[in-house]
Amino acid sequence: MMPTSERAVVVGAGLAALRGAEAMREAGFSGSLSIVGAEPYRPYDRPPLSKHVLTGAIRADATTLPSSLGADVDWHLGSPALGLDRAARTLRLADGRRLPYDRLLVATGTRARPWPNPHEGRLTGVFTLRGRDDAAALRAALAAGPRRVLVIGGGFIGCEVANLCRQLGLPVTLVEPGPTPLARVLGTTVGSLIGAIHEGRGVDLRCGGEVEWLEDEGGRLVRGHLTDGTRIDADVAVIALGAVRNTEWLAGSGLSADPGGVDCDEAGYVLDADGRPDPRIAAAGDVARFPHPLYGGRRVALEHWSQAVAQGVHAGRLLAGAVPEAPYGELPTFWSTQGAVVVKSVGLTEGADALAFTQGEPASGRFVALYGRAGRCIAAVAVDSARWLPAHAALVAAGAPFPPRGAAADRPKGIEILAPGFP
Amino acid sequence: MPDATLLGQVKDFANRANPYPVYAKLRETPVSRQDDGTEAGTWVAATHGTISSLLHDPRVSSETLPPADRPRTGNPFTDLIVKPLKDWMMDRHRVFIFRDPPDHDALRASVMHQFSRERVQAMRARSDRLVADLLDEKCAAREIDAVDDLAYPLPVTVICELFGVPREDEPKFHGWATQLATALEPDSLSDPEIRAANSRTFDAIGGYMADLIKEKRRHPQDDMLSGLANEATPEGVKMGDYDLIATSILMLVAGHETTVNLITNGLLTLLRHPDELERLRQDPGRAPRLIEELLRYEPPVQFRTRRTLAAIDIADVTIPEGADLVLLLAAGNRDAAVFPDPDRFDPDRAGTRHLGFGGSLHYCVGAPLARFEAEAALTALARRLKAPRLIADPPPYRPGAALRGPEHLRVAIEGIA
Amino acid sequence: MSAPADASPGSPPGLRVCVDLNLCQGYAQCCYAAPRHFRIEGHEALFYDPAPAARDRADIERARVACPVQAIRVEDPGRGA
Repeated sequence: MMPTSERAVVVGAGLAALRGAEAMREAGFSGSLSIVGAEPYRPYDRPPLSKHVLTGAIRADATTLPSSLGADVDWHLGSPALGLDRAARTLRLADGRRLPYDRLLVATGTRARPWPNPHEGRLTGVFTLRGRDDAAALRAALAAGPRRVLVIGGGFIGCEVANLCRQLGLPVTLVEPGPTPLARVLGTTVGSLIGAIHEGRGVDLRCGGEVEWLEDEGGRLVRGHLTDGTRIDADVAVIALGAVRNTEWLAGSGLSADPGGVDCDEAGYVLDADGRPDPRIAAAGDVARFPHPLYGGRRVALEHWSQAVAQGVHAGRLLAGAVPEAPYGELPTFWSTQGAVVVKSVGLTEGADALAFTQGEPASGRFVALYGRAGRCIAAVAVDSARWLPAHAALVAAGAPFPPRGAAADRPKGIEILAPGFP
Repeated sequence: MPDATLLGQVKDFANRANPYPVYAKLRETPVSRQDDGTEAGTWVAATHGTISSLLHDPRVSSETLPPADRPRTGNPFTDLIVKPLKDWMMDRHRVFIFRDPPDHDALRASVMHQFSRERVQAMRARSDRLVADLLDEKCAAREIDAVDDLAYPLPVTVICELFGVPREDEPKFHGWATQLATALEPDSLSDPEIRAANSRTFDAIGGYMADLIKEKRRHPQDDMLSGLANEATPEGVKMGDYDLIATSILMLVAGHETTVNLITNGLLTLLRHPDELERLRQDPGRAPRLIEELLRYEPPVQFRTRRTLAAIDIADVTIPEGADLVLLLAAGNRDAAVFPDPDRFDPDRAGTRHLGFGGSLHYCVGAPLARFEAEAALTALARRLKAPRLIADPPPYRPGAALRGPEHLRVAIEGIA
Repeated sequence: MSAPADASPGSPPGLRVCVDLNLCQGYAQCCYAAPRHFRIEGHEALFYDPAPAARDRADIERARVACPVQAIRVEDPGRGA
């Protein structure tokens, strides 16, 4: 076991950081443990922020995560990390403090990708959604009863927010440059079904559209202008253009990091610019870009809740000196609650060349879609059909032949192979 | 000639009091073929992993009942005209535990819509009251039969009140339920005498339910049968009369034949573990954990049957298409790969992902009721029975291997507080 | 459903609840066990109170242990969970 003089520092105070710190303690690490967070809050859960926090059903500050950590943790909250000196093994914080470390967990996560025009992005009524404060501010704006909400970007967060606006009875327009919502992640075949669900709830869906600029009156948003000249009057805009990874603080550290993430080896140790692992530093969560054994060792950085938990635990054990049994390679899993519709996925759809509805009925809004690539199952998406997902996860984890052998109980006629429709 | 296979030993009444050593042997081969005289054989899954996997496998069907074949009467009109028609109706309106999606889903959704949180919460409070009354009746006794005095009447009263079956009609159900519950015992489906008796019983209970449904249409009350007979789900689904009759029979039979075993097995286990009984007496807050452990350790439903729609590769074997499956839930619950020291009764074990209520689409509808009833019964028994001790260990068992539990559980006491 | 964030002075600290919604399959056992803190919307969308009051700990415990997929995590500072 580690000598007690060892010092561990966790950079970041989100889900991956928390589960990593817990895992370190549970694996027997008894040295000093510091957790550094940019926000002034203990680790909290983000998924409710784009859902029931916006409806007002729960408060933004009620989302603090349960934890097994005791009092033997030094919290450095409200002061982000600014720099890393690996030679001196110290971390520099924004408030000027320097924290020495023997073990370091990089879990700084992501931030919302801002609106490209900084002036427009700062207008009253223009929001991004990532943190607790963002959610509280957007909640207040929605509660004030805007004439219309303009959601820019039809990814998971954009879709969740648009559907939720309808729950609140607010008129909402969702502008998405792709042919359907979620086209990049799920393809147009499934994306169009999701789009239909949202249109059925009254979302004004503008696919193939692009917002060119945001117009204000006295610093307040009044409308958005699309590239085709369409004007959409709205006093709230939600910028849902994805996320940027928080890696700037690693500049000059000699580690291999860029806006796409920080690179790790199979075990989870962070690589330096020459591709050598630093055995004192591991990474986990949204910020970690790692070779995934299920995908031929291709490097991926996944913004998944389950990934933050599993990789956080893995990295925590690694840093505590508990040698992991195998390289990190959890099957990616994801969920999104869009209104009252649950979309869940396993695996990664990227590169899929075929798709089959293996369960349920697309027209009914409850179904499972299985994605294949080069004759192998690579991913599955379940819409309101969670209980069928484990069986599909097994196919994906095993790389089973696509289409799978044998018919499902509710598909006596067998399954039809479709194009997934990736743009 | 006795069935020498391990599955035969599971069914053998001689092993009823303690089937777990047979289950342990079955677990040595996670999925094993048991000779049943057919080419496909019957395949038994006995480990937690294989059972969970098969419960969630879309190629596994719950439509295991053989086609209806009502007994012939000798009357040509009945045998040639009425029988085929009735057989056809029976096959079309199977209860949903024996059906697959999409039919299963629609029927189950109707039930779940009526099985509201409010109704179940009302029954939670009612269970406490009923237990208090049942024990009060025995306050002068020096011996109780936990089955007849509490474990049977409690769930029966609860399910009848929930469905709106009049109290005076309750006794009619006792014989009906015992007979129809045999449908879950694998061999009964191939025994013509049992099938004939089931047909007669189904006619009797079906006739009763048809009349009761008419009454609920004329005078709707706040009960599940009135709701099912008169209201649609939010999706606009409303059961037809035959499905409604079959479904309400299923619910009533399940209410009579399962929770009784959970409560009785619970008291039996506590009397065999006096330290746990004392802990529960001192801290009723332990009850929920203790009941989950009971559902693992002595589940009321020991196994369920299924059928394969396609060949399935699992645990180094290939189960052929069209094979009968036995998912040995109670064996999976004692799998050391998931539950360390599995034969130890330990309410404090972390994370009980037991299979006591099955899993996936067919997860027990009545699970919340069973939990509340068991909590009400076991906490009251722990608190009120003075110096309880088993009169016979093991107690006499009911015949069923799938629905397994003591016929009687005689307990000597020094009074009821 | 209410979500008091911070207990008023003198009252015991509240609970913290988090459900792994990847694991959740919508069995709704938590909704029967603790109906004021868990509910299903639509077919299987679980909505829960992440910050129940300490007085509701018995129901939260019922919900936690009843979950067939063991997806509910609870921290109970008042009890040293």
